[in-house]
Amino acid sequence: MESESLAELSNALVYSSMFVMVLAMFAFAASFAARRSPATAVTQEVAEQVPQQVPAAVGGSADVTQPEAAPPPEPVEEPGRKSGNIGMALSWLSFVLLFGGVLVRGLWAERVPWGNMYEFSITSALAVLGVFLLVSLKRDVRWLGVFLIPLVLLTLGLAVTVLYTEAAQLVPALQSTWLIIHVSTAIVCGGAFTYAGVVAGLYLVVNGAGESGWRASWAARLPDAQRLDRMVYRTLAFTFPLWTFAVVAGAIWAESAWGRYWGWDPKETWAFITWVVYAAYLHARSTAGWKGSRAAWLAIIGMAVFWFNYFGVNLLFSGLHSYAGV
Amino acid sequence: MATEPELAFSTHADPMDRQAPPPGIGVRSWLRWLWSRLTSMRTALILLLLLGIAAIPGSLVPQRTSDPLAVNQFVADNPELSQWYERFGLFDVFGSPWFSAIYLLLFLSLLGCLIPRARQHYRMWQRSPGPPPSNLSRLPDSHLVAASDVAATLDEGEQVLRKQRWRVRRSPDWVAGEKGIWRENGNQIFHFSLLGVLAAVGLGALGGWQGNVVLTEGGGFSNTLTQYDTFTGGRFANVDDLPPFSLQLQDFAVDFERDEAQRGEPRDFRAEVLISPAPGEPAQQQVFGVNDPIEIDGVKIFLIGHGYAPSIVVRDGDGEVVFDDSVVFIPQDGNFTSAGVIKVPDSEPQLGFRGLFLPTAVIDQEAGPISVFPAPDSPGLFLSAFTGDLGLDSGEPQNVYELDDTDLEQIGLQGMLPGETWQLPDGAGSVEFAGYERWISVKVARDPGGVWALLFVVTAIVGMSLSLFVRRRRVWLVRSEDAVTVGGVARGEGSEVAGDLAAIAAEIGTDTPADDPAGQEGVNR
Repeated sequence: MESESLAELSNALVYSSMFVMVLAMFAFAASFAARRSPATAVTQEVAEQVPQQVPAAVGGSADVTQPEAAPPPEPVEEPGRKSGNIGMALSWLSFVLLFGGVLVRGLWAERVPWGNMYEFSITSALAVLGVFLLVSLKRDVRWLGVFLIPLVLLTLGLAVTVLYTEAAQLVPALQSTWLIIHVSTAIVCGGAFTYAGVVAGLYLVVNGAGESGWRASWAARLPDAQRLDRMVYRTLAFTFPLWTFAVVAGAIWAESAWGRYWGWDPKETWAFITWVVYAAYLHARSTAGWKGSRAAWLAIIGMAVFWFNYFGVNLLFSGLHSYAGV
Repeated sequence: MATEPELAFSTHADPMDRQAPPPGIGVRSWLRWLWSRLTSMRTALILLLLLGIAAIPGSLVPQRTSDPLAVNQFVADNPELSQWYERFGLFDVFGSPWFSAIYLLLFLSLLGCLIPRARQHYRMWQRSPGPPPSNLSRLPDSHLVAASDVAATLDEGEQVLRKQRWRVRRSPDWVAGEKGIWRENGNQIFHFSLLGVLAAVGLGALGGWQGNVVLTEGGGFSNTLTQYDTFTGGRFANVDDLPPFSLQLQDFAVDFERDEAQRGEPRDFRAEVLISPAPGEPAQQQVFGVNDPIEIDGVKIFLIGHGYAPSIVVRDGDGEVVFDDSVVFIPQDGNFTSAGVIKVPDSEPQLGFRGLFLPTAVIDQEAGPISVFPAPDSPGLFLSAFTGDLGLDSGEPQNVYELDDTDLEQIGLQGMLPGETWQLPDGAGSVEFAGYERWISVKVARDPGGVWALLFVVTAIVGMSLSLFVRRRRVWLVRSEDAVTVGGVARGEGSEVAGDLAAIAAEIGTDTPADDPAGQEGVNR
C-alpha cells in the first residue's frame, strides 16, 4: 500500500513539474518577445564580468563606462525583465517538483532511480534544467529559457507517455556501484551537452545575423556572438573530462559485467563518437578556419549524437545496453 | 584575441598551426610538404571527424566480433548485399583496413605534431620566464607603483612573487614570474596518454586470450586449450602454458521477477563453484556472478550466460541404457523456450532427437508449445525422434546443437513431463525425461593490456583537465627611475592576469594604474 502511494506521489510530482514548466515557458516566451535591444544591459554585464575588455569591446568610449563609475539613481526597467523573472521563479519551482519526483521514484524502487529509460529520462530532464539554473546563479540567462524549457518538456513528455514503466528491481548486470557513478555522470554530461548545444544554435543565429529579418530581430534580443561562443566553450571544456570519465567508468563496469572493457557495443560506439565530436570541437576552436560557425556546428552535432545514443540506440538497436522496460 | 598579445609567448608559436611550405620540385620537398600537411592541426581535425563517421557503420551493421549469430542471420537474409558488405569489411568495421588506416594516420599526425611541440615546450620551459617586453605599460591592466627606492621595491616584488609561488627569474632591472606551465604539460600528458591507451589495447589484443566453456551443474573443466568450446588467442599469447586451475560448478541459482512490472526479468545469479589452483591442490568453494568475476593467476572468470540442460536417459530395444546425460539446450527467448539436440550413436539403429525444453510449459493455439516464464515452474519437454544414420562416422566435425537429418527418418513426436518415459514406436527403445540441470556459460580471459589501458586513461583525464583548467600567465616587474611597472599577459581561454597584477601591485606599494593612452591603442590593434 505504502509503495503504491509513493508511486502516485512520484507521478504527481512529475506531472505538476511539467505543468509549472509550461507556465515558465510562456513567461520566458513573453520575456523574449518583449526584449528589444538589450545592448545597454549586455554591455553593462560585460563591463562587470571582464572589466579589462571594455576598452577593447567598445573602443574606450567614455559614455559607456560611465554607469560603472556613477550608477544611475533610477535604472530603467529592461523590457521583458519582469516576465523573465517570473519564468526563472517558475523554473526553480518546477526543478524542486521534478527533483521530488525523481527522489520519490527512488524511494519507491528502493534503489537509485536509474533502472530504466523512464527513470533516465526524468533524471536527464532534471539535469538539463539543473545546468540552466546553475548557470543562472552566475549569469543572466533568462533569454535562454524559451529555448531550453521546451526541450526539457519534450523529454518529460516522452518519458511519461512512451517510456513509462512501473518501478522494479534491477537486472543483475545493473546491480553495481558503477550504476551510480557511470549513469549519474552521463546524465550530468547530457544536461551540459544539451545546454551547450542550444547556446551554440543561438550563436549560429546571432553570428552574422545582418541588419534585418528574423535573425536580426532575434540577435537584438540575445547576447552577442562572442559571449555565446564563450558560454559554449566554458561548458564543454568543463564537461569533456567528465564525459571521458563517464565513458571510462562504463568501461570498467563493462569489464566486470561482461568480461571485456570495450567491445564496440552500439552504445559504446556512439559514446566514442560523442567523445570524438567534442574532442574535435575543442580542437576546432583553436584551428584557423574552424573557429566560430564550424565549431558551433560541432557542438550541436555533439548534442545530437549524445541524444541519439540515448534514444536511438536504446530503441532501435539491440545490444548489451538494452534492458527491460527500455 | 586583443587581450592576449602574442609577443610574450612568441617562443610558443603553435606548431600545429604552421603554414605548409610551398611544394618544391624534388621528392624530398614533396615528402616534407606531405608530412607538414599530415601533421597540421586541420588534417588532424579532419581525421578525427572521419574516425567518428567511420565508427557509425559499426553500430548499424551486425559485427562479427560482438554478435556473430546476427551476422550469419544477416548474410542468410541478404546474400547479395552481404558480398558487398564483406568486401568493405563492414562486418568487422573496427578491424577493417580502412578504419585502421584512419586511426593510424591520426596517431601518426598526432606524433608528428606532438614531438616537435614537446621539444619546443621543453626548451621554452628551460628559458622561462623570459625577459619583459620592451614596453610593459603597453599591456592592458599594467600598474605603475611609485617607489622612492626602486631597487628595494623590486626586491620586495621578487619576494612577493616567490611567496605567491610564481616561477621567478631575476635580473638587476626586472623580475619575471610565470604560472600555469602545467597547462601545456597537461596537454602533452593527455596526448601521449592516448598513444599509451592505443598501445595498451594493442598489447591486450596481441598478448591476451579468451575462451568460452559451458558447464552443467556437477560438471567441471580444467584450464587447457582442448577443454574450451571456443578459444581465441592473440599472436603472442602463450596458450601452451595456461594457468593450471580447474573449476567445478556445484550449483547455479537464478531469481526471476514475479511481479507485474518487468515480469520474467532476472534479478539475481549465483554460481557456486569449487576452484582448485592446480592439480592436486585443495579446492576452495567460491560464489560468483555478474559484476563479480573470479580472479585467479592473472586470469578472470566471468559469468556470461545460463540455461537449462534436460536430463535424458535413452534405452535401446533390449532395455540397455545407451545414453544418460544432461544435454545443453539453447534459450530461444526471454522465457527460456530452449532448443537442443540429442544424439545417441550407440543404439542400433542410431537414434537422434530434436527437442524443446520449456521451463513453464504452455501449448499456445498458434505458436505451439512455448514457455511463458523463465523459472522452471512446470517444466515440459517436447521431442521429435529420428532413426537412421547420424552421419557421425564420416569424421567431419559436427555441430552438437544441430541434427543432420539427411539419412534419418522421423518416427514420432511426444510431449513429456519430468519423470515420464516415452516408449518409441516399433520397439526402437525408450526415452526418459529424468529432470533437468542448469548450465552456465563462462568466459575465461587474460588481458595483459587492461591495467595499462586504465593507467593511461587516468593520466589522460588528469592531463586534459590540467590543459583545460590551468590558467597560464606571466608577469613582469620592471624598474624605471622612480617607479616599478607591473604588467603581464595571460594565455588560453578564460585566462586573465588583471587580478594577479592588482594583487602584486597592492603588495609592493600604493599603485596607480599605468595611464598610457598610447598603450591602450596598442592593445586595440
